[in-house]
Amino acid sequence: MEANIAIPSESKETWNGGGVKPFGASYGKMMMWFFIVSDALTFSGFLAAYGLTRFKFIDSWPIADEVFTHIPFIHGEYPMYYVAFMTFILIFSSVTMVLAVDAGHKMQKSKVAWYMFATIIGGLIFVGSQAWEWNTFIKGSYGAVKTTDGKILQFVKDGKQIALSDFVVDARVDGREQHTRKNGLWFEKEGTISEYSVAQVVNAYKANSDVQVRTELIDLDKKQKTILSREEGLDRLLKGKMVVEGANLKVNEYGNTIFADFFFFITGFHGFHVFSGIVINIIIFFNVILGTYEKRGHYEMVEKVGLYWHFVDLVWVFVFTFFYLV
Amino acid sequence: MAHAHESNVKRIWMVFGLLSVITIIEVALGIIKPEALHLHGPGTSWLNWIFIILTLAKAYYITWTFMHMEGEKKWFRRSVVWTAVFLIVYLVTLLLIEGGYLYETLSPLVKW
Repeated sequence: MEANIAIPSESKETWNGGGVKPFGASYGKMMMWFFIVSDALTFSGFLAAYGLTRFKFIDSWPIADEVFTHIPFIHGEYPMYYVAFMTFILIFSSVTMVLAVDAGHKMQKSKVAWYMFATIIGGLIFVGSQAWEWNTFIKGSYGAVKTTDGKILQFVKDGKQIALSDFVVDARVDGREQHTRKNGLWFEKEGTISEYSVAQVVNAYKANSDVQVRTELIDLDKKQKTILSREEGLDRLLKGKMVVEGANLKVNEYGNTIFADFFFFITGFHGFHVFSGIVINIIIFFNVILGTYEKRGHYEMVEKVGLYWHFVDLVWVFVFTFFYLV
Repeated sequence: MAHAHESNVKRIWMVFGLLSVITIIEVALGIIKPEALHLHGPGTSWLNWIFIILTLAKAYYITWTFMHMEGEKKWFRRSVVWTAVFLIVYLVTLLLIEGGYLYETLSPLVKW
């Protein structure tokens, strides 16, 4: 270098730093890496906050494989399988991405295009799966009762959780109707009201002697939620304030509300990264087809986008572990 | 770049196989939850330690092979990896200690 001043570069050279390559890495690639470092710190901030909250509520945290138990189109309980499938999809799309980069080094245009295409499809399947997972989580599968002191009571029969509709018969009986703009004050409306009232659930509990109440408290020796005796269960149920079906940012039938908050926040932020990765991949895909990189003489752009895509996969590996496994 | 033109197709598939095997082991352990591993262990359960170690192994392979960190200059690699690892370990350690403290302080006040 001649002097310690910015080297005036021709406009063509702007994106590779005017040919200056510290550490032998181009400007764009280096900045992608440093962006990834900062983004990794953001994600670890979220996951560390999740860890703190989980440690704070270590004796009542929801057990993940009791929460995420569903597979599309199939009834019954299959914990883990669907997230495992999602993990595979993302790892596989990472493989096609790195194959695209590899083909780019060999200047094989059509191979790069096909591998990019496969990567985009993989990303779409993943985002779709995540949307389905959110939908299932928001709708909920069993229903629970929330007490005046903010505890969640679930119902079990022979040690297995059952849904409210399994033992509460009849439709809602307290005459409460959902308030919409049509049937009440036109300028007000309310969210969906629960299918059953608390009193109805209590009566059904009294009538079914084989139903028991399960609290959030974890028996730390067995790592299972505590099931109460019939009398104790009734005692807690009488403090019931509302019937909870599904989960949102305010209530959560699976237990701690903040568990749902973290679920939406962390998987949502990751899903947004996948979404933006797909958009960027599509742009690069069209550039490949148009021959932009063929003209430029190298496929480094595919490599940079690939770095981002692998990073999204890397984050998922950690989310998968700390949300679903540990 | 010297590493730019060699083909790694075989190695990529090998690493994919490895990542798949690790994921299958994780999922299998997560479903079976062997009692000896699930209910005992230092700090947290053995099972959790296995999950964390396997996750770090996966992260290593993704970064080194797929993101091609192994081909970058040594000090570029270190400027990325050391920075991130140091800051993350620091933050996680402090927050987890704090979380444990909050549990000890607050849980006696919660009536179940």
